[in-house]
Amino acid sequence: MTLRLPDELLHEIRRHGEAAYPAECCGAMAGRLDGTGVKEVVRLAPAVNRRTDDPHRYLIAPEDLRRLEAELRAEGLEIVGYYHSHPDHPAVPSGFDTEHAWPWYSYLIVRVERGRGLEAASWTLDDEQPLMRPEPLEVLSEV
Amino acid sequence: MSVTVSIPTPLRSFTGGQDAVVLNGETVGEVIDGLLATHTGLKRHLMQDDGRLRNFVNLYLNDTDIRQLDSTDTPVREGDTLTIVPSIAGGRPAVATELPKLSHAEVLRYSRHLLLPEVGVEGQRKLKAARVLTIGAGGLGSPLSLYLAAAGVGTIGIVDFDVVDLTNLQRQIVHGTSTLGQPKLESAKARLTDLNPNLNVESHETRLSAENALDIIREYDIVVDGTDNFPTRYLVNDACVLLDKPNVYGSIFRFEGQASVFYAKEGPCYRCLYSEPPPPGLVPSCAEGGVLGVLPGIIGSIQALETIKLIIGAGDTLIGRLVLFDALKLRFRELKLRKDPSCPICGENPTIKELIDYEAFCGIGAVPEYQGPEVVAEQLKQEVDEKGDDLVVIDVREPHEWDIAHIEGARLIPLGQLPDRLGELDGHAEIVTYCHKGVRSMKALEILRGAGFGRVRSLAGGVDAWANRVEPGMARY
Repeated sequence: MTLRLPDELLHEIRRHGEAAYPAECCGAMAGRLDGTGVKEVVRLAPAVNRRTDDPHRYLIAPEDLRRLEAELRAEGLEIVGYYHSHPDHPAVPSGFDTEHAWPWYSYLIVRVERGRGLEAASWTLDDEQPLMRPEPLEVLSEV
Repeated sequence: MSVTVSIPTPLRSFTGGQDAVVLNGETVGEVIDGLLATHTGLKRHLMQDDGRLRNFVNLYLNDTDIRQLDSTDTPVREGDTLTIVPSIAGGRPAVATELPKLSHAEVLRYSRHLLLPEVGVEGQRKLKAARVLTIGAGGLGSPLSLYLAAAGVGTIGIVDFDVVDLTNLQRQIVHGTSTLGQPKLESAKARLTDLNPNLNVESHETRLSAENALDIIREYDIVVDGTDNFPTRYLVNDACVLLDKPNVYGSIFRFEGQASVFYAKEGPCYRCLYSEPPPPGLVPSCAEGGVLGVLPGIIGSIQALETIKLIIGAGDTLIGRLVLFDALKLRFRELKLRKDPSCPICGENPTIKELIDYEAFCGIGAVPEYQGPEVVAEQLKQEVDEKGDDLVVIDVREPHEWDIAHIEGARLIPLGQLPDRLGELDGHAEIVTYCHKGVRSMKALEILRGAGFGRVRSLAGGVDAWANRVEPGMARY
């Protein structure tokens, strides 16, 4: 699968990560499948990080997700993945990320270095093993 | 009752694309069991190894989280909907400290690691930053310290106070013929730093004890236990629990080995598995029972592997699992270990809050061993020559030990068979028993005395002393 998202949405994720720094930001990516193996992100749904005990953890509560899914269904969209920031850490999944990953979803991680949003990478859970594999990320810039 | 289970998008590949599955059952648990039985691929994503729901899997019966109801025992009604809702969690690794950088030479040295995404540059830098303590530089300590050194672990501490002996070299591959007679610490350090000059070896030439264990272990991230005795094993366990350190455990005997990771913060500890030590003398050591030399190579390598996984955070560690290895059958088995809520050190109400006297705990020195009359080797030789057949010499070792070397004219009655074979012996005869080094022989004496044999003695120091002082041409082991 490929994750495709417009440049402006990637900027929005970076800004979210910068605003949350030094804590982590998190949110869902809503979109649709185009039928050719591409997940197309249409809009973001920033979430409330329910973990307040540790700045290096995030948690989206199931009640929040249920509400969001109902809202998206009405718009003809679904959750195709989630994003979160890694403050002062590379955009690669941690053991904790892998342990909590669900199949199929895209996990987009953006590195926020000293308060500045930098590179992003998308990951998906391997079909067989508890491992995250990089996923092609297509960023559409407006011409 | 027929219930609709609503499947979230990420799991639909396991239900043939269906977003809902209709199943029958009386309770939530039965419905879920039915779902897993028909769609087995879901199991890995929904359940833990122990059969409980993973903690970030939420089940809603209609609109209520089942945790607010009777959990999986909640009864269901016709037409109910059960919805699987993920919690989405993650976060960057907690290690906030700056990891050391790799030099160009190190990048080249570790290139096969760097090619693995599970290790990569970050994992290799974690290895370089890691501080690992190995208890013992013997059978298990050899392979594990060699592999940890080769893998690029930055600092390895070693606790040992022994010297290299010829009988070690059948399995203790960190040492060599050229280092015979040297302290094991010196011998190991030379070999390990030859393998990897980037390595920092910290030597602790001491016996680990309740007095020094906390101070030594505190300075390390992970402890790898390569000891061969129960007091030290309990000591290492307790110190690791008190200091919140993972303890990578391995043990070997003859053709069998065990390995696990005891980490009370995340799973059971050694005491959860073995709350009490065996009675002293019941479990023979490798020096008494023998060990196949390659066995510590396998178990020690598993310990090195688990240590590396703990450092880089990859894969599933042996926390909560005990691996049993049988070399003759070439079979691995796995036991699930549970944390014991009543464990005296890591349970809910711990009674051990500091290190104790482990020798006494393991019964060593508490009960005086049977002490019967002994005869020294030179005296026995003289008596054998004088008395001939009037003196009965009994070898209580095993037949394969007998084959290595035995005293001419002796009779073989292995210790285990002795109680059943007393009838073969003349109650009035003068008897001398012997074993390898004198321990089993003393037990034989105790049996004979108990059965009424009056004129019995044991050869002090066993056949080893005989070979050393009477018959220098005899093979020793």
